[in-house]
Amino acid sequence: MNDARLAELSGVHKRYGSTVALDGLDLEVGRRELLAVLGPNGAGKTTAVSLLLGLQQPDAGIARLFGQPPKDLAARRRAGVMMQEASLAPELRVREQVDLVASYYPAPLEVDDVLEKTHIAALAKRPYGKLSGGQKRQVQLAMAIVGRPRILFLDEPTVGLDLQARELVWSMLRGLVDEGAAIVLTTHYLEEAEALADRVAVLGKGRLIASGSVSDVRALVERQQITCCTALVAEEVASWPGVEEASRDQRGLHVTTRNAEDVARRLLAADPGLTRLEIRRAGLAEAFAELTQEKPS
Amino acid sequence: MNATTSTSLPIVSSDLPAGRLVRAYLTEARYETVRMLRSPGFALPFLGMPVLLYLLFAVLIAGHVTREDQIAARFFFTGFSVFGVIGPAMFGFGMNVATERTQGLLQLKRALPMPMAAYLLAKVFMAVLFAVIIMASMIAAGLSLGHLTLTAGQIATVAVTGILGAVPFCAMGLLIGAWATGRSAPAFVNLVYIPMLHLSGLFYPLPKSLQAMAPAWPTFHLHQLALSAAGVDSRGEDLVHVAVLAGVTVLFALIALRRLERAG
Repeated sequence: MNDARLAELSGVHKRYGSTVALDGLDLEVGRRELLAVLGPNGAGKTTAVSLLLGLQQPDAGIARLFGQPPKDLAARRRAGVMMQEASLAPELRVREQVDLVASYYPAPLEVDDVLEKTHIAALAKRPYGKLSGGQKRQVQLAMAIVGRPRILFLDEPTVGLDLQARELVWSMLRGLVDEGAAIVLTTHYLEEAEALADRVAVLGKGRLIASGSVSDVRALVERQQITCCTALVAEEVASWPGVEEASRDQRGLHVTTRNAEDVARRLLAADPGLTRLEIRRAGLAEAFAELTQEKPS
Repeated sequence: MNATTSTSLPIVSSDLPAGRLVRAYLTEARYETVRMLRSPGFALPFLGMPVLLYLLFAVLIAGHVTREDQIAARFFFTGFSVFGVIGPAMFGFGMNVATERTQGLLQLKRALPMPMAAYLLAKVFMAVLFAVIIMASMIAAGLSLGHLTLTAGQIATVAVTGILGAVPFCAMGLLIGAWATGRSAPAFVNLVYIPMLHLSGLFYPLPKSLQAMAPAWPTFHLHQLALSAAGVDSRGEDLVHVAVLAGVTVLFALIALRRLERAG
């Protein structure tokens, strides 16, 4: 291995029966990088991560972890994992769960330090089955980091966490990246990607349809959102040139357009009583929705 | 798409030193045991049932026979011992592997650098531990209430036979657990377990028509070994029985591991 690629998928194809899960996907994760993998359900996010963890083999193409096949235990001894759907043994206590995972690694962190770091030291003796959903996520995070991984795969790490716990997790993840770890994050919380990610990879139908910084991806989408209080009828505005969509709710009229300036001028001209005019560029949520729509990309 | 940096990685050893490898195996086995001890709903029926049924049949119902006939006493004793040791092996493996597979725990452990052998050996260790307790309680019950008279050597040989005899049934359970879901596994295990108990002649002498078929079941071979260890004339050669049980273990475990490797 001659470069900083910690994990890599190259031209990977994977199908389940007649369903194409991955269709020539290329994906790389570099050092100290926090990559957020986004995409609608069925886009291939989980399959991509499974291949990088050696849980499945590609039909064609190459999956590498630290330059080795991910099936090799040696490669995975430098990786940490948190999976959304794993239900852990309910009888084992929190400390025992983390201790068990620590035993798989050559030079793990002290279990008690990890419990401190993930703010679950107070739960150490509680049976896992008696924890709340959010507490379970914190334990799984502790299990993911106890082996001093160089790369962490986190599947929806903050589902079920309250705002404060989510902030704690975010700051911890930033800390890990600062210490030199890479993180691959799959998430449905777009604000999570917006808050954390150095780079975003958007998957759709098993392909990489966009990759870059959050602002790069957002810039790919030119759409803007105009919101205002006006007497104008949404259906009428929707028929104006340059307007893609117009709708009304209790906050007022919402107009989606690729030409905000012209549409705003016309709105102001059509309704002199118009107030609370607001124009903003698409957030990642809108960018993401547009990118993954069914159209040639 | 380029990597964000071009510095090369420091070389970090990712080998597990021998001491830590042993520790990984021991830790897995320890927590598997802890889990079992904390869910007595699984353990107690498997530990109590064989000896209770043995006492019911060999003492309460047929006590007048076993008192007079040492062959009958040993037949009951070995039959219920085999019944006892295979239950936790088949159900423990079949149900737990199926559940852990379908609920994602096995997948997580496979994604983590857990040695697969540590996972399996921890469960074999559990099944063997159950077999030790069951054989100890069966021997105690047989000698005290079951009119059983065995030499110390016979006791030791029967005990070892019963304890090691659990292993092939771990492989059978594993095979079922590799295919079934958590919910269907108990049904599939029973589908094999119950006919096997009866058709291999563990509890009563089989009619001639069924005797010829009995060697098709692994329990038959373990039962013959146990009878032979208890000093009763058995059908077939001990070495053949051992070979069959070893073959079952290797074959079933290999098929199951292949399946787990592919399908997870």
